[in-house]
Amino acid sequence: MKVLSFYSTTVGKKLVMAITGLILAVFVLGHMAGNLQIYQGPEKLNHYAELLRVSMPLLWTVRIVLLLSVLLHIVAAVQVTLQNWRSRPKKYAVSAYQEADIASRTMIWGGLVVAAFVVYHLLHLTLGTAHGSFKPGDVYHNVVAGFQVPLVSLFYIVANVLLALHLYHGMWSWFQTLGFSHPKYNRARRVFATVYAVVIAVGNISIPVSVLAGWVK
Amino acid sequence: MKLDPRIPAGPLEQKWTRYKNTCKLVSPANKRKYSVIVVGTGLAGASAAASLAELGYNVKAFCYQDSPRRAHSIAAQGGINAAKNYQNDGDSVYRLFYETIKGGDFRSREANVYRLAEVSANIIDQCVAQGVPFAREYSGYLANRSFGGALVSRTFYARGQTGQQLLLGAYSAMMRQVGLGQVKLYPRTEMLDLVVVNGQARGIIVRDLVTGEISAHAADVVILATGGYANVFYLSTNAKGCNATAIWRAYKRGAGFANPCFMQIHPTCIPQSGEYQSKLVLMSESLRNDGRVWVPKKKGDTRKPTEIPEDERDYYLERMYPSYGNLAPRDIASRAAKRMCDEGYGVGPGGRGVYLDFADSIRRLGKHVIEERYGNLFEMYERITGENAYETPMRIYPAPHYTMGGLWVDYELMSTIPGLFVAGEANFSDHGANRLGASALMQGLADGYFILPYTVGNYLANTKLEKVDTSQQAFRDAQKEVEDRVKKLLSVNGKRSVDEFHRALGKIMWDLVGMARTEAGLKEAIVRIRALREEFWQDVRVPGDASDLNQELEKAGRVADFFELSELIAQDALERRESCGGHFREEFQTPDGEAQRDDANFAHVAVWEFTGDGKPPVRHSEPLVFEVVELAQRSYK
Amino acid sequence: MKLTLHIWRQKGPQEPGRFVKYELDKVNEHMSFLEMLDVLNQELIARGEEPVAFDHDCREGICGACSMVINGIAHGPQRATTTCQLHMRHFKDGDVIYIEPWRAKAFPIVKDLIVDRSAFDRIIAAGGFISVRTGSAPEANSIPVPKDVAELAMDAAECIGCGACVAACPNGAAMLFVAAKVSHLNLLPQGQPERFIRVKAMVEAMEREQFGSCSNHRECEAACPKGISVSFIARMNRDYRKALWKTVEHQGGKAEGISQFRG
Repeated sequence: MKVLSFYSTTVGKKLVMAITGLILAVFVLGHMAGNLQIYQGPEKLNHYAELLRVSMPLLWTVRIVLLLSVLLHIVAAVQVTLQNWRSRPKKYAVSAYQEADIASRTMIWGGLVVAAFVVYHLLHLTLGTAHGSFKPGDVYHNVVAGFQVPLVSLFYIVANVLLALHLYHGMWSWFQTLGFSHPKYNRARRVFATVYAVVIAVGNISIPVSVLAGWVK
Repeated sequence: MKLDPRIPAGPLEQKWTRYKNTCKLVSPANKRKYSVIVVGTGLAGASAAASLAELGYNVKAFCYQDSPRRAHSIAAQGGINAAKNYQNDGDSVYRLFYETIKGGDFRSREANVYRLAEVSANIIDQCVAQGVPFAREYSGYLANRSFGGALVSRTFYARGQTGQQLLLGAYSAMMRQVGLGQVKLYPRTEMLDLVVVNGQARGIIVRDLVTGEISAHAADVVILATGGYANVFYLSTNAKGCNATAIWRAYKRGAGFANPCFMQIHPTCIPQSGEYQSKLVLMSESLRNDGRVWVPKKKGDTRKPTEIPEDERDYYLERMYPSYGNLAPRDIASRAAKRMCDEGYGVGPGGRGVYLDFADSIRRLGKHVIEERYGNLFEMYERITGENAYETPMRIYPAPHYTMGGLWVDYELMSTIPGLFVAGEANFSDHGANRLGASALMQGLADGYFILPYTVGNYLANTKLEKVDTSQQAFRDAQKEVEDRVKKLLSVNGKRSVDEFHRALGKIMWDLVGMARTEAGLKEAIVRIRALREEFWQDVRVPGDASDLNQELEKAGRVADFFELSELIAQDALERRESCGGHFREEFQTPDGEAQRDDANFAHVAVWEFTGDGKPPVRHSEPLVFEVVELAQRSYK
Repeated sequence: MKLTLHIWRQKGPQEPGRFVKYELDKVNEHMSFLEMLDVLNQELIARGEEPVAFDHDCREGICGACSMVINGIAHGPQRATTTCQLHMRHFKDGDVIYIEPWRAKAFPIVKDLIVDRSAFDRIIAAGGFISVRTGSAPEANSIPVPKDVAELAMDAAECIGCGACVAACPNGAAMLFVAAKVSHLNLLPQGQPERFIRVKAMVEAMEREQFGSCSNHRECEAACPKGISVSFIARMNRDYRKALWKTVEHQGGKAEGISQFRG
């Protein structure tokens, strides 16, 4: 009951979004770090993929946590966005932003595109149903073959740019929402979020680019 | 009109204690049967509403603003006095009492002022407990600053926003009671008349400023805490909405109006910059702690202030009042500035300004200290004038600020109408002919937190009250009168706007009933005010209608009342043939130009009784008896 | 200077509104923005038209009454400045200025540029106080407050309740206002006993008023005439989070006692 009343306010919803967002952001970083092993060759990457499946209970625990996080993050985001629209039923004739940047203003849209991308990404490289020559267990092949289709790569690149934008705001914003604010560290928060977003974007985008460029075959 | 101040017997320092010990109390079970109307939600109104509601009375609070938090107490900058003697500099209740009496030029009641000084310490306790973030020392204990008219540091402050913080404290206490249902709040609602039944104040007529609906409210007690009437000058430091309508309507229903001519012209305001000017902005008097006031020694000197060498500057306050210097009381500082400008030494547009210079303090203390103390005031000054006061001196000029006069009240803060209590600036008490800095906040909160809760109870416990409701004839009549008046204002349909009339009235008042008054000038003022008032009722244009939000209509009603009040002010000034405090009659001055009191003939409160429209009001007087204080020529030299 | 004004005119809460264009010359750079509107209103009255209704009172930047969105920015282009303190020297000859009311579901328009902000009062009534009865306070210096704490509380307490934060927030959120009020009291030792009751009650009251949520755009901070920092929002979020683990039951009311705007 207490948790429900807590969640009933936008402050509560935002706290949930911050925590789930943080979980997902950490996952994205780990996911990227793992995937970068592609540059060390097929054996290394495929071995890493096998490693992830050593313990099924652990894998499913992680998957459930991630799935729940995604769901809560999206549900709360949609709820607060709808409320935000209701709270400003009539827009200004002239709008002029002083601080809000493109990242903060596009969270919901970037977020929804990234969500759609995640679905595609799962169908493409986890289940293989959206993949032309999917070979279960041969992650390296799946990635390289998948990214050799320029349109697929393009979608990955665009999605990762949007993800970076989402993280650029989100990784700064969560401190605020969880209440970690201190004049000493506030500047560092901005730097942290920027670095985080850039690392994710560069790391992830490097893979389709490398495949398309023929550096990874 | 019977004027019994009903001061309790006994030695001065025991009067209030004795009163509290002997006043009648209302039993807790009976309190909830009584209802109280509070008009105005500034320091006095909000604190009274909160405190009475805490006791269990049913309170209705009214304000014309959209939120009670916007009452003009919010604009007080400098601070609030209290005899805490935290500085160990010799302060005491007696000294605060004495300085207030002396500052008021011996035209206030000893017993009231002593009580004020007595409860001052409780106010600070109460406000701190409410969370008012007063300035602190590094130790965590409360800080103090000095203020004009005082030789000790007894002023508590919250940056330059003391009034705001105190008001938010009182407002929060009242809003707590609103949440609990003990106070019902009526924002954007203006009182337009008082209802008197069987000689007792029993209700008010109000206009809902949003819908235009005029309605009646009944209660057992009515408290007016509606502030002062400095806006009679059009240009003043008051908020645009500040008005005298509530007290003026009460006056016309039989409440005596005391010392209407006692008005304070504040010395440190930003000078007017043009004809379109809508109000004057005050810079806290606390600036005089570290700023030095000067004018060039040469008449009409047009050099930049920073280019005028030290020996060509006249630090006239320091020269004329060596012991108080720049901290001379407000009336004296204002008059000195006017005199310098009249003699041709003034600076800035039209020569109506003097310099307030911080260069010395910045050299002595460092810019950061000045910034910490007055940063927000310097910012405000720059916003308005576009000048940086850290580099060039501020220009200041006096402006109407506060009215010591108001409805007459007895020791219990009750007017000549039983059941009508008046608190804060709206009443006449405590400040005599001149108010010292940081004393208005003290008085407003003293009245609301610590005096009315006792005296209202005493009145209720001692009084037989018939049951009234708003369908009674007195209410219906009053409501009809208000409705007719509104209709009348809308029906004139002339050519000139309300503001034009108000500005013209203000000019007459400033020129003839301002800082220096003469018999001829006052007589001329009365003639001109009457003529202008005639024109107003024939030529004013109030657009729109009465059934929705109509700001011109609101203004028109207020200005119409200012027209009547201003005549009374001039008349009171004319009758008071002496100079005292803020009231300066040029005929009555010492050889060196100071105010010359006439204690033999004028050591009294002048109380005016309304006798009917078009009939001359009657002047009564309440003699001021000084048992403790010895009357003396006020000297700040 | 000469200006072209597009001002939102709306007769009443239920009426449709629209922009009306006014040309105004004789504007002086030393005028405040409101004095410029006074000049316009005097012209309108002379022409037999209804003047523009706008909230204003103290005209010295402290009462929080004035409330206009000027060319898309709450209180106009000068930072940390209320509309009444904004002077025309920040505009130039020939400028086109759009003037709109605060726009938020929680602030319904009353007339022209005037909105109803009583939602703020109801939030305060829900918990924006320290419950101390008159007379029950201890000696003031018995509660030392560290100077930095007092200063920080004062930073928050400077809020003038104008609602520019709501007007500026793309979500119509009142987070900065509520956070400032919560922080002011929750920072002080006097405010500790009710700390968690307060934050919960006020956040829930804010919710009832249908304000939006915080997206950390920081538009509120940029619009705030007192420059109140969004770090207070973080502080409120923290207290709200902590309140989840505390037993908090509040007896405060819901401010049904406000005779609010009935439009």
